[in-house]
Amino acid sequence: MKILVCISHVPDTTSKINFANNDTEFDKNGVQFVINPNDEFGLTRAMWFKEKQGASITVVNVGTADTEPTLRKALAIGADEAIRINATPTDGFFVAKQLAKVVADGQYDLVIAGRESIDYNGGMVPGMLATLTGANFVNMCIGLEVEGTTAKATREIDGGKEEIETTLPLVIGAQKGLVEEKDLRIPNMRGIMMARKKQLAVLEPEAVEAQTQITSFEKPAAKGDVKLVSPDNLDELISLLHNEAKVI
Amino acid sequence: MSILIYTESENGKLKKAAFEVASYAAAIAAQNGLSVTAVSFNTDDTDTLGTYGVSKVLNVKNENLSEFNATLYADTILQAAEKETATLVVLGSSANDKFLAPMVAVKLNAGYAPNVVSLPESTNPLKVKRTTFTNKAFALTQVDTEKAVIGLAKNSFGLKEEQTTCTTEDFAPTIVESSSKVLSTDKATGKVTIADAEIVVSGGRGLKGPENWGMIEELADVLGAATACSKPVSDLGWRPHGEHVGQTGKPVASNLYIAIGISGAIQHLAGVNASKVKVVINNDPEAPFFKAADYGVVGDAFEVVPQLIEKLKEYKANNT
Ligand SMILES: Cc1cc2nc3c(=O)[nH]c(=O)nc-3n(C[C@H](O)[C@H](O)[C@H](O)COP(=O)(O)OP(=O)(O)OC[C@H]3O[C@@H](n4cnc5c(N)ncnc54)[C@H](O)[C@@H]3O)c2cc1C
Ligand SMILES: Cc1cc2nc3c(=O)[nH]c(=O)nc-3n(C[C@H](O)[C@H](O)[C@H](O)COP(=O)(O)OP(=O)(O)OC[C@H]3O[C@@H](n4cnc5c(N)ncnc54)[C@H](O)[C@@H]3O)c2cc1C
Repeated sequence: MKILVCISHVPDTTSKINFANNDTEFDKNGVQFVINPNDEFGLTRAMWFKEKQGASITVVNVGTADTEPTLRKALAIGADEAIRINATPTDGFFVAKQLAKVVADGQYDLVIAGRESIDYNGGMVPGMLATLTGANFVNMCIGLEVEGTTAKATREIDGGKEEIETTLPLVIGAQKGLVEEKDLRIPNMRGIMMARKKQLAVLEPEAVEAQTQITSFEKPAAKGDVKLVSPDNLDELISLLHNEAKVI
Repeated sequence: MSILIYTESENGKLKKAAFEVASYAAAIAAQNGLSVTAVSFNTDDTDTLGTYGVSKVLNVKNENLSEFNATLYADTILQAAEKETATLVVLGSSANDKFLAPMVAVKLNAGYAPNVVSLPESTNPLKVKRTTFTNKAFALTQVDTEKAVIGLAKNSFGLKEEQTTCTTEDFAPTIVESSSKVLSTDKATGKVTIADAEIVVSGGRGLKGPENWGMIEELADVLGAATACSKPVSDLGWRPHGEHVGQTGKPVASNLYIAIGISGAIQHLAGVNASKVKVVINNDPEAPFFKAADYGVVGDAFEVVPQLIEKLKEYKANNT
């Protein structure tokens, strides 16, 4: 089985979010970048398929050269090879189109992407990619087994879960639950050394027009101070929630 | 020309989120002299959409579509959009909405703006405000395609009544074979889900162990709320993964979020900040959550929560 894991290169979850150039761009100054957490769950599941079923793993990112350390980290975790599409990812559609070309050229059976990337929160690349390539799609995937060309996937639904039987080629939107937190892998020294020798191919992008553009960013208005209520006076809390906040 | 909305239902009954999507689309329609058409699957109470500005409902009655199937649902929405020559399709932000929206966008060759929180700032070109960086910022997004798909963020617009004469038509889309099928569904019945809840009661590591969740469930019960938890609580197996909220868990956009024994780490706050009113109960006055909350009680959860339950019961008894 050939697996493609899509890796989004995102600010670490503790990053302060600031904007530059008149609030038109995300300010990368002092920001640490990591593999998108949902993609880390996906990559870990891919490693299971590699180790248990002999699958091969390619990781891919659509991005400029500064995303390469993130791809190297994915190689150090155990992916076999990496592809970087050398372009500024201007919107989810643009990214999905670039990835569709990679999928068509590489004939991947299974594409693992994340449910959403924690920076732009689009939640769109996997669904667009599946639709563009005509593959089946399971979003919010929290369980996956593959036998031959049949896949059994579990997806989270509001208030529960659902088990789906489907066929390859398949795209999933991975998230927490697909693998246990404790099974996430941290690259070890050997992995890091081996990653240096693995192939990281840099390909030029297809000519595709983005469908959307962000014209400016803004931060939410500063919050007012918290109103403290004494633990001996919980009637006041109830009254505030009823009369002032009007939520009960 | 009309705006097409997808209205989600469960067991034949429309979900509340469907009325919010309808209200939102009706407001855009009113500004632009358009009408709103809804597409729904196996829904019995389609007439109620007239209360929120919908003038036509395309109701798909098809046994084969009683279970959610993303490809077939997306195909149906596409056919409805074509029939109505819709240039704008609006969906909500449930698990199924978010599954469908990008598929519909590609099929319709439309740009997709997810997590939209307010009415468009302009319609030509379409410019909408959406959340990014897990609620730490908004991005003004311009859609450059002729058609657009909007995913409306939950609880961002609210319900606005707009009495409209509403007709329901049976709609029979062309359905292809699907190679995906649902084998089983496992869903707690009679429990409010985090996605649908107006109030969420959430517990953190400060509660010491799973045996102490009785009071959290009781508080949720009294309030008709859903229960949630912080990440370590689900990692430790005290509560199921489905209850984990935050940046790497479920997003919460309820009217009221009550955090008990939760410190308020940045990743937790990012995921719950979209809630309108936040209450924190924590025995450490320095806990970061107090900076993000609207109301706070500095105190021991094991004393405060049982008292709060009693007082809420009294309050409910006197106010119903
Ligand atoms: C300089 C710059 C300008 C940008 N301008 C815009 C803009 O104007 N409008 C806009 O919408 N976005 C913009 N982006 C964000 C960028 O386009 C996003 O990577 C893209 O939109 C996908 O993000 P998303 O949140 O929609 O992804 P999601 O759909 O939430 O991502 C889900 C999954 O898809 C995969 N994926 C996502 N992105 C990539 C990628 N680049 N490479 C490989 N796999 C990926 C991952 O598996 C990820 O977990 C900009 C980014 C940069 C660096
Ligand atoms: C990549 C990444 C992603 C993450 N994503 C998430 C996420 O999505 N969601 C999330 O929640 N976390 C997330 N985290 C973890 C986050 O950083 C915190 O560790 C976590 O939120 C802390 O959980 P907590 O508040 O329950 O526990 P703690 O931080 O241990 O806080 C417990 C609180 O309980 C209080 N307390 C103790 N005893 C009592 C008492 N008797 N009465 C009242 N209060 C009491 C304490 O004062 C303290 O404030 C993430 C971390 C990383 C690195």
